[in-house]
Amino acid sequence: MSSVRLLYNDKPGMVMLVLLAAAAVLVPLCNLGFPDGHLLHISTFTMTLVGKYLCYGLLAVSVDLVWGYLGILSLGHGAFFALGGYAMGMYLMRQIGDRGVYGNPLLPDFMVFLNWQDLPWFWHGFDYFFFALLMVILVPAALAFAFGWFAFRSRVTGVYLSIITQAMTYALLLAFFRNEMGFGGNNGLTDFKDILGFPLQSDVTKAGLFVASATALALGYLCCRFITGSKLGRVCTAIRDQEPRVRFLGYRVENIKLFVFTFSAVLAGIAGALYVPQVGIINPTEFSPLNSIEIVIWVAVGGRGTLYGAVAGALVVNYAKSYLTAAFPDAWLFGLGALFILVTIFLPRGISGGMTGLFRKRQEIN
Amino acid sequence: MHSFSRDFALAALFWLLLMTQYCSGAEPNSQFLDGLVLLSAQSFTEKEKGIELIGASQDPLAARTLQSLLDGKLFYTSKDNILVYGESEGANYAISDFLSGESLGLVKKRNLEKITINNTLRSTLKTTIALINLQHPDDTVRLAAVNAVLSDINPELLEILAGCYQTEKNEQVRDALSVALAIGGLRQQDTAKRLEALQSVRGDVHPVIKNEIQALIDRETDAIVIKAAKSTLTAIEGKIAWFARLETLFFGLSLGSVLVLAAIGLAITFGVIGVINMAHGELIMLGAYTTYVLQQLMPDSIGLALALSVPAAFGVSGLAGILIERSVIRFLYGRPLETLLATFGISLVLQQTVRSIFSPLNRSVATPDWMSGSITINPILSLTSNRVTIFFFAMLVFGALFLLLKKSSLGLNVRAVAQNRAMARAMGIRAARVDALTFGLGSGIAGIAGVALSQLTNVGPNLGQAYIIDSFMVVVFGGVGNLWGTLLGGLSLGVANKFLEPWSGAVLAKIIILVFIILFIQKRPQGLFPQKGRAAE
Repeated sequence: MSSVRLLYNDKPGMVMLVLLAAAAVLVPLCNLGFPDGHLLHISTFTMTLVGKYLCYGLLAVSVDLVWGYLGILSLGHGAFFALGGYAMGMYLMRQIGDRGVYGNPLLPDFMVFLNWQDLPWFWHGFDYFFFALLMVILVPAALAFAFGWFAFRSRVTGVYLSIITQAMTYALLLAFFRNEMGFGGNNGLTDFKDILGFPLQSDVTKAGLFVASATALALGYLCCRFITGSKLGRVCTAIRDQEPRVRFLGYRVENIKLFVFTFSAVLAGIAGALYVPQVGIINPTEFSPLNSIEIVIWVAVGGRGTLYGAVAGALVVNYAKSYLTAAFPDAWLFGLGALFILVTIFLPRGISGGMTGLFRKRQEIN
Repeated sequence: MHSFSRDFALAALFWLLLMTQYCSGAEPNSQFLDGLVLLSAQSFTEKEKGIELIGASQDPLAARTLQSLLDGKLFYTSKDNILVYGESEGANYAISDFLSGESLGLVKKRNLEKITINNTLRSTLKTTIALINLQHPDDTVRLAAVNAVLSDINPELLEILAGCYQTEKNEQVRDALSVALAIGGLRQQDTAKRLEALQSVRGDVHPVIKNEIQALIDRETDAIVIKAAKSTLTAIEGKIAWFARLETLFFGLSLGSVLVLAAIGLAITFGVIGVINMAHGELIMLGAYTTYVLQQLMPDSIGLALALSVPAAFGVSGLAGILIERSVIRFLYGRPLETLLATFGISLVLQQTVRSIFSPLNRSVATPDWMSGSITINPILSLTSNRVTIFFFAMLVFGALFLLLKKSSLGLNVRAVAQNRAMARAMGIRAARVDALTFGLGSGIAGIAGVALSQLTNVGPNLGQAYIIDSFMVVVFGGVGNLWGTLLGGLSLGVANKFLEPWSGAVLAKIIILVFIILFIQKRPQGLFPQKGRAAE
């Protein structure tokens, strides 16, 4: 009962979920049901693009959970996203089989190219989808758990924590660029053929991935909403606002932080796993510190501590990015930089904060 | 008999011709001319005598004559028997009168008679040329001569070299001579002398000597000498390994000094304002571009441009820093995470601005003469001058900054605000002004770091990004707001990185360092030198 009331009180969230459900039904329908050139036809390109944005939305939700509710500014969430993506990419690599350029049934192309004889041990098991799914969840979770275990126990907070999360993703970036790591070096993993037997090039598969992304975003949102609405969520908010006081009240702050941080990393990993089959490539640049910090700006633009704001921010900023990089290639970094500065100074609560502020004012006038 | 009389007749003729040819320059040296005549003989024994005569003649042309002979470029014309210098040009030879140097045009090969030599003569020639050059007034020629004879030293040459060693004044030539003497000593017939030579080269790291001892071990039959040689070789190898470590240490300190320069401005701003300036790397980049622009403006005096760019870069980056502080950061005090994002936005804007103005391509900044080249300590250890200069420059900047913070009134204000902002304000310090000045100071030092970096790498829009994470690591490792911590942190990270590199490769070394710092922060969240007192939480 309480969870229903929770949703009822979350009006913008309800609106978002309804829109998401509508998109999950209508977009694939318009893509598959109407022929090319029809008024209602949505091109496959647009559908994949929006699907990509939905993955970013889930990623933004995961960052908002730790930043907006727990006060941890993670500049390394791109690492969890990329690790989930690599796990999925490895499964997709194994599905290529002997259809690669070198036609080797045992080894992926880049290993043949590097003259490797055997499959490295960590590639075993990725032939099975369920194993890959498990890894999509476990690998980011393990990294986040290990990292958080050390960081939260020794009470590393604030700017220090942000900097070492950035160092973490930077170290991974350097590591994945190495050919010896066995993840394809700077080319990454690409040239995927099919997923669960469905060819990745076909519209039906793409529609399926779109629906999966929308569902994952909706479920991820509901989970986070449930956490933030629960007693745990209220403790999180308290930690964000007054960490020492919560500790003095007898809560094990580090355990709470560890749980929420790890859960958030899992969400980011799932977002990455859904992202990779839609864009068809995963390479080490996903680990770059710039990517991670961009996620934070989506959340900042949308308004942190709201969850739906994060989704809105991810969609708006990425749409602007797609438009600007195509229309004015030089202007994008100016725009992104200005966005960082203006949002932090003038819109500390983001778009959604500004909107609710407007509504509230009108209500007061009425 | 016949050949001898023919030779004799020809020799007489040559003599006359040479007398007429040899009209340029000073007194005709009869010994030299006699030698030239003997060169035209058929018999190699005669030629050898000729070479010796020329070698002993002290004629200015002697070395050139023998060198041309060695290179096979000395001919007689078949028709009128003139001694010529010939340079092959296709099927023909471009010849010139050897003694006067006057050009005689192109001739067919069959019209020339080459002065042939054999292997014995070749060796004699080399030694003789070296002997002549050993007396040459030019230092570089003497040095080259010593190095040329290293491969074939005979006892007779050894004595001459020993004589040269006594009189030689130039340091480098003396070193080369002592190496040559040592090698000669190792080839002595007398066992005692070989042992003595082994004793004298102990600890000499010259690669030629190392090879010579290796060769000695291979050919030696005397057990005592072999044992001595092996022990000497071990000693030399140990010393070489030690110098290799010294070189790694030098590279580490060089990298460390760059890190210190890049990080120290960040440490000041972070310590005083509690703000992480993500645009710090771009302020470094601005300093590097200032150097580039100044060099473009003064292409004739690169050294002066570089010297001027130190204050110029300090000014440009410092003003940019004050502008950033006044326009953005002061609105965000007390919100460190937002400051981090806003300054990141600034870094993107600065990068793109530079990319639009100077193109995304890397620019190279010239190194003035006094900074290029290297300082040779011994044959296997030489330090590149630009790195040495930058190391001392970094220490100078550190010292100046240290004095500024400890001795000046601005420094006093800065430290007061850093320790307790509210109390400092109560004492009448204008904290806002101190904030702006501190930020300007930190940014200006970033600009100076950019000048130094422009001498090590190419200048491009991504220059700052390459150093920003490393700078963060130095600050976080050394402890915030502590200059000594930054110095020690930067130098030790640089040295650790360079010592790991040969063992693990450059990228893995960097990863190991990053992981180490991540773990270190867990253990000591406040860095090597934590802030004490009420400023600490």
